[in-house]
Amino acid sequence: MADTKPARLDVRKTYKLFIGGGFPRSESGRSYVVHDTEGGFLANAALASRKDVRDAVVAARKAFPGWSGRTPYNRGQIVYRVAEMLEGRRAQFADEVARGEGLATGDAEAAVDASIDRLVWYAGWADKVAQVVGSSNPVAGPYFDFSVPEPTGVVAVVAPQESSLLGLVSVLAPVIVSGNTAVVLASEARPLPAITFTEVLATSDLPGGVVNVLTGRIAEVAPWLASHMDVNAIDLTGVRDADTARELELAAAENLKRVRRPDPGDEPDWTADQGTARLTWPLETKTVWHPIGI
Amino acid sequence: MAFEYAPAPESRAIVDLKSSYGVFIDGEFVDTADGHTFKSISPATEEVLAEITEAGPADVDRAVAAARRAYDDTWSTMPGAERAKYLYRIARIVQERSRELAVLESLDNGKPIRESRDVDLPLVAAHLFYYAGWADKLEYAGLGPDPRPHGVAAQVIPWNFPMLMLAWKIAPALAAGNTVVLKPAETTSLTALAFAEICRQADLPPGVVNIVTGAGDTGRALVEHPGVDKVAFTGSTEVGKAIARAVAGTAKKVTLELGGKAANIIFDDAPLDQAVEGIINGIFFNQGHVCCAGSRLLVQESVYDDVLTSLKRRMATLRVGDPLDKNTDIGAINSAEQLAKIRTLSDIGEAEGAERWSPPCELPDRGYWFRPTIFTGVSQAHRIAREEIFGPVLSILTFRTPAEAVEKANNTPYGLSAGVWTDKGSRILWTANQLKAGVVWANTFNRFDPTSPFGGYKESGYGREGGKHGLAAYLKGGEN
Repeated sequence: MADTKPARLDVRKTYKLFIGGGFPRSESGRSYVVHDTEGGFLANAALASRKDVRDAVVAARKAFPGWSGRTPYNRGQIVYRVAEMLEGRRAQFADEVARGEGLATGDAEAAVDASIDRLVWYAGWADKVAQVVGSSNPVAGPYFDFSVPEPTGVVAVVAPQESSLLGLVSVLAPVIVSGNTAVVLASEARPLPAITFTEVLATSDLPGGVVNVLTGRIAEVAPWLASHMDVNAIDLTGVRDADTARELELAAAENLKRVRRPDPGDEPDWTADQGTARLTWPLETKTVWHPIGI
Repeated sequence: MAFEYAPAPESRAIVDLKSSYGVFIDGEFVDTADGHTFKSISPATEEVLAEITEAGPADVDRAVAAARRAYDDTWSTMPGAERAKYLYRIARIVQERSRELAVLESLDNGKPIRESRDVDLPLVAAHLFYYAGWADKLEYAGLGPDPRPHGVAAQVIPWNFPMLMLAWKIAPALAAGNTVVLKPAETTSLTALAFAEICRQADLPPGVVNIVTGAGDTGRALVEHPGVDKVAFTGSTEVGKAIARAVAGTAKKVTLELGGKAANIIFDDAPLDQAVEGIINGIFFNQGHVCCAGSRLLVQESVYDDVLTSLKRRMATLRVGDPLDKNTDIGAINSAEQLAKIRTLSDIGEAEGAERWSPPCELPDRGYWFRPTIFTGVSQAHRIAREEIFGPVLSILTFRTPAEAVEKANNTPYGLSAGVWTDKGSRILWTANQLKAGVVWANTFNRFDPTSPFGGYKESGYGREGGKHGLAAYLKGGEN
């Protein structure tokens, strides 16, 4: 019976980093095993090193002038485009989130849908946040005086540990839509949807370097992000250990990074209304004065 | 043509100084529980003005406990409209006593009476008046229907604008419903203590405002006290970093308003006479003891000679001397320690090859004085171009293109303020957009207003003071 065809062997993906718009392996040549929630093998992810952090920060800094210089309308369109690309790969993400987080198919699909909708929500904020938090200031003198929000610069993000896609999107989209560039450390145990998400970013007209994604250990990577002198702010949402969070905040004080501390208690409910807090924390207020006269 | 001026001293008879002051806790001036005393002197004469208490940890503890009681029992439950009326009342008393307070400020700090009288005190009253009006309008601040205060605010302020910094801190804190423990700088405690007395005149409930005097140790004890919910600090970047470390891993909210090395950019089409006045105001206002001082002058090469000539001519007319003289432009350096720092950095400027110039002027025999000084031939690598001198010392650099001006202006870890001088509107807006600075003054400099947010990028700190932004810093959910 020689004509039974053997089952086709599937072609697996190599999960790499996302730096400057490219997909390099870790310069360290290392990887770590990613398991599903049952302990089964899912893939090998790149184990990022200090030098990967350096490369990612350099890429983010290089991308900052161009990205922050885009019009808010343009940034909004690009983040909306990210939502479009994610919608197109909805089934793939549902499958990956289900396996990575151990969710039932319906729950995984709901997480992906919520991620898409959250991107759309933040996309719309691009050209509205300045009107909500900016101001014209009625000073007691003949001056025109106004305050506008500006992106703070390069923002490091320790992504949520449990919610590998919805949590990631919920912390990342508000950072970049206002013009910041980001270096994200993906969920340590569940990094695969983040890496697949970078394929979405890479096909959404998002300039290279605006988002850089590392996979690896918080204990190894996060201290380099917290102490890097060219990082302006750090989001510690994904750091669940209080001592680690404190150590990172101490390191961040060296150049007075803006720090978003982990939320108290468990990981935030990512399905809840997000408000504007994640949008405003990495913003600076610039106030400009000019005399009025003839 | 040189004008001679007869002395025109403001009388200090209006000030009633006590020989010694306790700390102000729970509505009473009390003796220290575990501290010591130190002398506060006039920097213009080195005369001892009063004995001040150096509050110890037990004093700080009592003050925080008093603030907590006042928060729980009185201030956080009082209707906003009533809090507003207390603040309005305080603002009015400040206005009523403004001359006395201006004289006291000039005596203690060394700043010219012209500035304390015409800038500091009017702004103190304006800040109190502005934030008073917010107290019953918090639901309109954009933070939801019922924004809540943090609780007890620890506030540590510097010596350069003692009473103004007190008002910047206390007015929004109280309006939002917080109670405060404030520590003034050790060389300038007197107006804060006078403010404590004003709180009593206003019948402010005990414990809502507490004043603990002292130096760094007192400030550290206050900031690190576990009963504190919110920390607000204005001062050096070095101490700001220490505070950021001290609150790491706690739930305390922080705003920091720190050092600066502001660029003041003069383009070739600027109105040069106005620009020179702006340069003078930018660096010599308040003896240069200003975190947002325009201490790095960037002049476009084509007008460099004109600007320098005009600047020197104008500097020669500056009158340095008795802070209480109404004709004085530049008063005394606040302390011997600060004078030593200014001298050291200026000497380093010379040693590194920059050229130093000051107009000839006589300085009083006693007290702490420093001539208005400019350095030319300064490169970006020079320490006088990188470090905050916090004195009347200007470093002058040049540029050729707008891009080079912006590059040099932003080449600093600080980012508090900047100046732009040009007659071209589009260039103002382009430059303002490029500058990494929290406040940009275009064709003006060193303007302040309670409605206008103030604060820095990068190592100049975080959070803003003034306006709706400054109010939000004292409300939950509004930390940014």
